[in-house]
Amino acid sequence: MEEHISEGGATAPIDTLGFYEIPEGVRLEFRLAGPIVRASAWAIDALIRSLLYLVLSVILALFGGVGMAILLIGFFLIEWFYPVIFELQNGATPGKRMMGILVIQDNGTPVTPAASVIRNLLRTADFLPFLYATGLVTMLINREFKRLGDLAAGTLVVYRDESRGRTKTPTDVVEKPPLDLSEDEQLTLLAFSERAEHLTQDRKEELADFLSEVTGRQGGEGVETLYGYANWIIKGR
Amino acid sequence: MRQEAFEAENQTLWEEIGELIEDLHRPKRKRRKDLGEQLRFPQHYRRLCSDYALARSRRFSPALVAYLHGLVLRGHPLLYRKQAGWQWRLFNFLFRGFPRALRRNRFYFYISLLTFLLPALLMGAGCYLQEDLIYTVLDEQSVAQMESSYDPANDHPGRSPERGSETDFTMFGFYILNNIGIGFRTFALGILLGVGTLFLLLFNGVVIGGVAGHLTRLGYQETFWPFVSGHGSFELTAIVICGAAGLLLGKAVVAPGPMGRLETLKHHAQEALQLVMGAALMLLVAAFIEAFWSSSGFTPEVKYGVAVILWLWVILYLVFMGRGQGGSH
Repeated sequence: MEEHISEGGATAPIDTLGFYEIPEGVRLEFRLAGPIVRASAWAIDALIRSLLYLVLSVILALFGGVGMAILLIGFFLIEWFYPVIFELQNGATPGKRMMGILVIQDNGTPVTPAASVIRNLLRTADFLPFLYATGLVTMLINREFKRLGDLAAGTLVVYRDESRGRTKTPTDVVEKPPLDLSEDEQLTLLAFSERAEHLTQDRKEELADFLSEVTGRQGGEGVETLYGYANWIIKGR
Repeated sequence: MRQEAFEAENQTLWEEIGELIEDLHRPKRKRRKDLGEQLRFPQHYRRLCSDYALARSRRFSPALVAYLHGLVLRGHPLLYRKQAGWQWRLFNFLFRGFPRALRRNRFYFYISLLTFLLPALLMGAGCYLQEDLIYTVLDEQSVAQMESSYDPANDHPGRSPERGSETDFTMFGFYILNNIGIGFRTFALGILLGVGTLFLLLFNGVVIGGVAGHLTRLGYQETFWPFVSGHGSFELTAIVICGAAGLLLGKAVVAPGPMGRLETLKHHAQEALQLVMGAALMLLVAAFIEAFWSSSGFTPEVKYGVAVILWLWVILYLVFMGRGQGGSH
């Protein structure tokens, strides 16, 4: 995907968003997962895998030659196919699930069996010379945090979108802004009022005070006034 | 139209579409909507996308845009995912896909074969003629262990003297873990400009050739060759196929051609994966033969007879299976 062009046609700002344009003519946006969160997921998986090794060894040691054979085959499957099995269920290994990330195709569809196998077999190359050094370097020199396995398989690791409920502006007061606002200014006001419930009162007042010249008010009253402007943008007079 | 009016007009429709999307994500039997409603999804989805585009272009509030984008994102895989029954795909793969994929990429197969076979022959001849040469690739302990495994004084060639038939199963597990692992690595390291694959092929060729030459020199041919000739058909061929798969990756990185490096890599990886999966199945068969047949006590004549059949089987399968309609020549 070479389309890292923002809507205005200028080059995109530095960001961790990935895009894919679908046939319906709109663009999907993905929040790409970076090296730290992926390394954490890998560490959790490594822990789970070693527990699996341990449990298998203890149980199957009781069953002689055949038990040993099953143990070795189990080692083989865990070594190569542990991530594949989970990725094909819901796109994520237990570690990735805990970190809130998952694997998808470049085009936003669930990861295919072939792609999952490719990206996980190629871990061998990404791991070299130690602890995914090659994979890390590769992730840092492309825009989409892809390691070699992701490049070859055409996959992305992205944050799972928790469906946030829609937030409304906190009041019904409608107030016409005293001056014409540009589109970006309007969007900023909307974003402020919709995110209000995630901000502390102090922070809201601090932000609103930057506009005290426009609103002519300070503190809590200034915040309320900005909600009013936001409602005016949404509802009109 | 202001945002409020836009929302008021479409809110119920969006909620309906949202419910439909969630319903379609459930397994077929657990869906609550009837088929007619399910089939209207594409139409609904286009409407949803156009509303999303509208909300975006009119600079409606970020929360509304995010809500609609969430629905679009959740609905997208329903329309565009690939599905097919795995049984049919496996059948198709074994009888058509795999041998055809190999013949399409026979150029890489031959390179891989040369990289493996030439060093093996040279090292084999060297070790046959000169006693000490084997120690350049294996340490003393490994050489001693290998010699005792194939010593004709040992009842069960290929096993160390203490190994009984109880451990045939164990060895089956070990061959899977070890040999398929080698196959996968031979493939995967190809992405490092092909160098990793070439190195592993060369290294395995040198060691295998060396061991064969050395044991023949010692006069152990009556134990060594009957043991390896059978499973070697599937095993060595499969390793060379994994090498071809690795070289496909390497070619895409080194000399991608007109499609560009990234696209070529993706394309070659899909192609190579078919070779690797086929080779993995061959290595599974090889592990079975090696564990239960190669170590059995039949006379060398029987073993050689079976080996000829196995080699013919592998060659005929790879050369002729899946030809004809739509197949490669």
